[in-house]
Parts: sequence; structure tokens; C-alpha cells
Amino acid sequence: MKEHENLRVKPIQWHSEPDDDLIICRCEEITKGEIRKAVCDGMVTIKEIRRYLRTGMGLCQGQTCGKLVKGIVAKELGVKPDDLEPATGRAPVRPVEMQVLGKESEE
Amino acid sequence: MAKTADVIIIGSGIIGCATAYYLAKKGRTVIVLDQNDTVGNGGSARNGGGVRQSGRDKRELPLMMFGIKYLWQNLSEELGTDVEYMQKGNLRLGKTEEHLRILSRLAENARACGLDVSMVSGAEAREICPYLSDEVIGASWCPTDGHANPLTTTLGYYKNARRLGVQFYTGESVTALRKYQGKIRYVVTQNQVFEAQQVLVAAGYESREILKSVGIDIPMSKLLLETLVTEAQPPMFYQMLGTATADFYGHQSKHGSFVFGGSSGLEAVRRDFASDASTNLTASYISRAIIRYFPVLSDVKIVRTWAGWIDECVDGVPVLSDTPEVPGLVIACGFTGHGFGIGPAAGYVLAQLLAEETPSVDLSAFRYDRFRAKF
Repeated sequence: MKEHENLRVKPIQWHSEPDDDLIICRCEEITKGEIRKAVCDGMVTIKEIRRYLRTGMGLCQGQTCGKLVKGIVAKELGVKPDDLEPATGRAPVRPVEMQVLGKESEE
Repeated sequence: MAKTADVIIIGSGIIGCATAYYLAKKGRTVIVLDQNDTVGNGGSARNGGGVRQSGRDKRELPLMMFGIKYLWQNLSEELGTDVEYMQKGNLRLGKTEEHLRILSRLAENARACGLDVSMVSGAEAREICPYLSDEVIGASWCPTDGHANPLTTTLGYYKNARRLGVQFYTGESVTALRKYQGKIRYVVTQNQVFEAQQVLVAAGYESREILKSVGIDIPMSKLLLETLVTEAQPPMFYQMLGTATADFYGHQSKHGSFVFGGSSGLEAVRRDFASDASTNLTASYISRAIIRYFPVLSDVKIVRTWAGWIDECVDGVPVLSDTPEVPGLVIACGFTGHGFGIGPAAGYVLAQLLAEETPSVDLSAFRYDRFRAKF
């Protein structure tokens, strides 16, 4: 993660791109421009991007946009997408009603 | 990158980031070190988002009240980041006479410190929050409590500290502190050595291992608390919620999702104290607890669950203290699971302490050397 350490202290200059309005995370409606701006603001891991913007935090939990977000962040940082650790998968993976999850045993 | 600064902060949670930000505003140079690759990856990214005064130990109340009065109100504006602070009050719910006794005692303590907390009946509680079940027979009500988004708050402090020139090194695991001529001087990591006249250790439970290298120990234990979040719902109620017995706590966020945290009661006897994975018991338990207070949420879907360590101090309040035996060293740990809401105020007074100003709130209840054997 050496490259990222440097990026935390060396700001990336913001410049707009023609497709910045493109919606990348459809559940939470986060655009490419917002993701690129977050990288300029110092969010350099997928976890930071996710917590700062809510990408991949919606109903599909990033199953749709995960790869796209990773690609955009990697390009902005000048690293390979595989160099970025993916966000942690969380139970219950598919949305589950509270009364269903709450019934893990019969009394 | 510089290896020297006026102050080195170990830990990039809300305490580390807020202190770094307020120090940078005073013109100090600051380096922040964190063993994790991600900023604020401990409790600061995993808690339930409460910004509450009621239910707190009275030793903590003056600092928390200072934060609510002077820092939280304008924090979104100050950080240029929506921290989603909502000051819509806090209901702490009771279902039995015993619950009401616990709540009354806490409310009395809080009133003695000048905080507006009153006891309300079940009917009055349902007037404040119409979705409560009939099992609730009373509650304490603190209108100045609220909640915020811990993720954007911590990262908002990080973003602004960084903008002011604070240097963050992540993936940098501190192995020891070293003194020079009796005073703190070096911070040794697995890769390199950093140097400063002052060091703040704000690394949660891991502070203990770091402080060992200068002969200081803070008696705390490590507990895993769990949290869950639901799909977004239309706006229903924005009060912060808790219960007398801490079955669960939570709120509806600005985004619309409900965030609820809780503990199964089996945390202290967990088999595995290395992994922070959720258990298969707690989210189910939290769901059952919530449904008993809020039947209306039975069919709301849970989209994500997670867990995080708290650094539970033996007497329930944190250490916020300088250390005369190691001049230049300041400790901030042991927040016991309620460090988020108090984080901005703690960062503010820690920055004052490190800048050798008189802290705005008296910190003598938080000394590092207050722990004693039974007799």
C-alpha cells in the first residue's frame, strides 16, 4: 500500500471529466464524479470511499457496482484495480426481514 | 515525507482525527499513524451513531455537554461534510418497574449536572414516538440528545486535517514508544522511526500494548459489539433510542435506514478475541429486542450486519490524561463503547492539552493513574 500512503499526503488536483454525471452505484445514486472527488479528498481505500459516499451500501450491497467503483478509484490513484482490497462482504448477503432473522431458534 | 512533527498521534479514529484537526488549526505540525490500511477502521466506523448525554456516567457529562453545546451544532459546516447530526431528543425506554428505577436514577444524576432529563409515562413516550409498543410503560426523555453519522464524521475530520497539512501514515503498526533524556521522543513502527516532542496514544484497546513500552498500563478489556442496518424507510421518527437494560440502541438515519446496535450478553466469554467477525447470535437477538419495542419494524429488511471492538475501561469512563512520569505523552483510550458522541469534544480538549493551554473542561476525573486495588 506504499502508493496510497503517498497519496494521503500529496493531494490529487481535481479536474472534471465529461461523464462525471454517470450514475455508478444505482442503489444509492452515486456518480462517477462524486467518486473521483472523494479520491481527491483523501479517500484512498474502497472502505473509505464506501463509508464516505455510501457506494455499495444499498440493497444490492455492491454486487452491481463493486467492480466499477474499484476501477474508477484505481484509475484515479494510478494503481491496478487488483491492488485495492475489496469491501468486506456482510451477512445476511440478501436483505432479510427482521422477524425472519430474529427467529433463528424456536423456543 | 517528514518523519518529525510537533505531535505524533497513534490511532486514526475519531479521537485521533479530531485532535489532529484541532491541533492543525492551532498551527501545529502533526503526523497520524494507524496500523490499519483504512483511516478510522475501528470503533469509529462501527458504532451506532449516538450523540447523547442521558445515560452517561456523571464524570463524562460535562465534556459531553460541552461538545453538544459548542461543537456538534456547526460540525457539518465546519468540516464541509454532512455529518448528519440530528438533535431530536433521546428516549430511554423501560418495560418494568425495575427499568424505571434504573432510568430515574440516571435522570437524577444528569439533572444534578445541569442536564434537562425528565421521566415520562408510557403514553407520553408514545406521543413523542407513536410507533412504540404498549409494553413500554415509561422512559427518560432528554430533548438535547441526538445522533449523527460516525463514518462521515470521522472521515470529515480526516479530510480537513489532511487539507491542513496533517500527514497520515496508514498500515504503520507502532511497536514501541521510546524516551530520550526522560521525555517522550520516538515512535517506533515496523518500518521506521518517527520523532516528536509530544505523542498522543489514541489507539483503542491496542493502546495497552503500545503503552507497555513506557511502563504504563490502563486496565481495560476488549468486547465485540454488533450493529445492523435496515433498508431505507420513509421518515418515521428521528429520536435516538435506548433502553434501561441496553438490550439495543439505535435510530433512523437521515438516509432513511435504521441503525441498531446491541449485545447478546455473551461477549465477555467469546472464544475468539482475534477476529472481529459477527456472531450468529447477536443480530437475531437484536432483531427480537427491536420488534418487542417497535412491532411496526417486523417486516423491515436488514441489509447488513457488522461488529467492532470496544475498549471497555474497568470503571466505565475513558482515560484522557497527560502522564507526568513520561513528559510529553498524552493518553486517550478506554472510551468503553461511548466514544463517538464525545469524540469531537475529546479531540478539542486533547488539542488544548497538547498545545499547553488550559482545557475548556476539567479532565481530572479521567486521570491515567486513578486505578486502585480494592484496598
